[in-house]
Amino acid sequence: MKYLVRRGIAALVLIWLVLSLTFVLLHAAPGDAADLLVAPDAPPAVAAQLRQELGLDRPISYQYGRWLANLLRGDLGESFRRREPVRGMLADALPISIWLGSISLLLTFVVGVAVGSLQAARRNRWTDRLLTGLTTAVYAAPSYWLALAAVALFTYGLSRLEAPQWMRLPAFGLTSPASEATGLAVLPDLLRHSILPIAVLAAVGAAGIARYARTAVLDLARSDWVRTARAKGLGSRRVMFRHLLANALPPLVVLLMLALPGVVAGSVFVESIFAWPGMGRVMLEAINARDYPVVMGATVIYAGIVVLANAMSDVLLHAVDPRRRL
Amino acid sequence: MTRTERWAGGLLVVLVIGAVVVPAVARHDPLAIDDVLNARLVGPFSTDEAGRFHLLGTDRFGRDLFVRMMLAGRLSLAIGVVGSAVAGLIGVAIGAAAGWWRGTLDRAAMAVSDAMLAIPRLILLLLCAALWRPGTTTVVVVLAATGWMGVARLVRAEVIGARGLAWADAAQAIGSAPVRVLLRHVLPNAIGPAIVATTLGVGNAILLESGLAFLGLGVQPPQPSWGNMIAGGRDLIVTAPWVAIAPGVALILTVLGCTLLGDAWRDRLAGEVPSTLADRA
Repeated sequence: MKYLVRRGIAALVLIWLVLSLTFVLLHAAPGDAADLLVAPDAPPAVAAQLRQELGLDRPISYQYGRWLANLLRGDLGESFRRREPVRGMLADALPISIWLGSISLLLTFVVGVAVGSLQAARRNRWTDRLLTGLTTAVYAAPSYWLALAAVALFTYGLSRLEAPQWMRLPAFGLTSPASEATGLAVLPDLLRHSILPIAVLAAVGAAGIARYARTAVLDLARSDWVRTARAKGLGSRRVMFRHLLANALPPLVVLLMLALPGVVAGSVFVESIFAWPGMGRVMLEAINARDYPVVMGATVIYAGIVVLANAMSDVLLHAVDPRRRL
Repeated sequence: MTRTERWAGGLLVVLVIGAVVVPAVARHDPLAIDDVLNARLVGPFSTDEAGRFHLLGTDRFGRDLFVRMMLAGRLSLAIGVVGSAVAGLIGVAIGAAAGWWRGTLDRAAMAVSDAMLAIPRLILLLLCAALWRPGTTTVVVVLAATGWMGVARLVRAEVIGARGLAWADAAQAIGSAPVRVLLRHVLPNAIGPAIVATTLGVGNAILLESGLAFLGLGVQPPQPSWGNMIAGGRDLIVTAPWVAIAPGVALILTVLGCTLLGDAWRDRLAGEVPSTLADRA
């Protein structure tokens, strides 16, 4: 319990550091939102008035203090550009990204560990060689290129081949624009639209995890207690599941945490290509428009997710591995 | 040299030679836009109306994709190498100073590094790249500014380990100034893993550079980079997919070469460089 409290405080301090860093970065950059919001030929007085309205003319220490105080009250401020509460904008975008991210993360993890274990079990045979080649190549590919290649295959490629209509997966948007379904009836359409983005994001992550899992399982397979279990006459399946996987649990927890930033980063590109109005798109638009409150709000969420995942993996490690006393 | 190292090394050498030689000797000008109507969107392995052969086809302005791709390779490779080298140097400097002097400096450096590691690197890159004017210099600076943390931690740990050893004490006992002990004795012994980690970062830096260029925050057209070439083919993906696919293949081959080579070098230094999953584009 004491450990949990200490870990929680460390995580909060880290989030505060991240936020201060972002704040400093944003304000150290030349130019501000007022320059972008007013027309280039408008008189300087217009920009000055806008600066006053947005509070940009106050000292930086004041802006920082006010922003932090509001954050503690759960108020993320108002978007400079759209003049609506940041919290609402992020609340609209977050579920889309969580849907994309959580399913991809789950698939990344399951597929990655399965492929890595299969490779380790078939070490140096052609299955392993083939999968090593495949995972290394996918790991080297940028997610936006894979996404574009998938779109090309399912639109240009399949229409060239005159494939049946049901095989042509929709490549853009969350749902079909023509569909008038509401409530749960949207689900089949949403699922069809989700196949390509989730597959691309999961493929990139799984390739990295598989490379890592293969080495981890091979290291474990060489250990003394696996040899002992074998010598006792246990079958290879029992050794694999009861002994190997039980001991592989701590590294797997670390893997899950390691996969997270990749999924977050990948989702920025994937959302952009497949035109999903999620966090990545909101963040990109806000950065381009110098919309400070939105950028800060999105960073709070990104940093919060990563820091929380780090802390949770530490706590989980603590729980699954009694040898670990931090 | 293992077989993997030979293959990966050979691949990179061919790519570098291609990037240097092809744009210099090619008959097609990679930047000039002349006969747009007759030469635009020619498919791979075909000739345009004027009878000129295009190995990988042409883009929407009738520019030869293969020559452009190789010209882009110059920039992408240079940015990747320079960006991660500068990041490595900053990391060594910060890590060495933090590990040698400890105290407040160490705590501050590690706090900043922790905070920066808590933001996914891509988000950090986006923040920095969007705030300053996009361009080649900005990309290099931003790659260096967001890539030093891993190397700094490695070097710091090595320096802390080495400063208590007998030969470091001995050097101080014969009257060397502390800075001299750090620079001449401790650092040369601590630098190996940092060099490997920096090398491993090159492929990743190239991926991130092209990611920024793809989003319009990196190298700006007309100067070609693999990322902005893919972006240029993005809205043609349904009608002329080769425009976006071709530069991606060059990018993948380069990153593949860097990854395989880096992995092989890491295996030689077994155990000294922790393997982590890099934050990719």
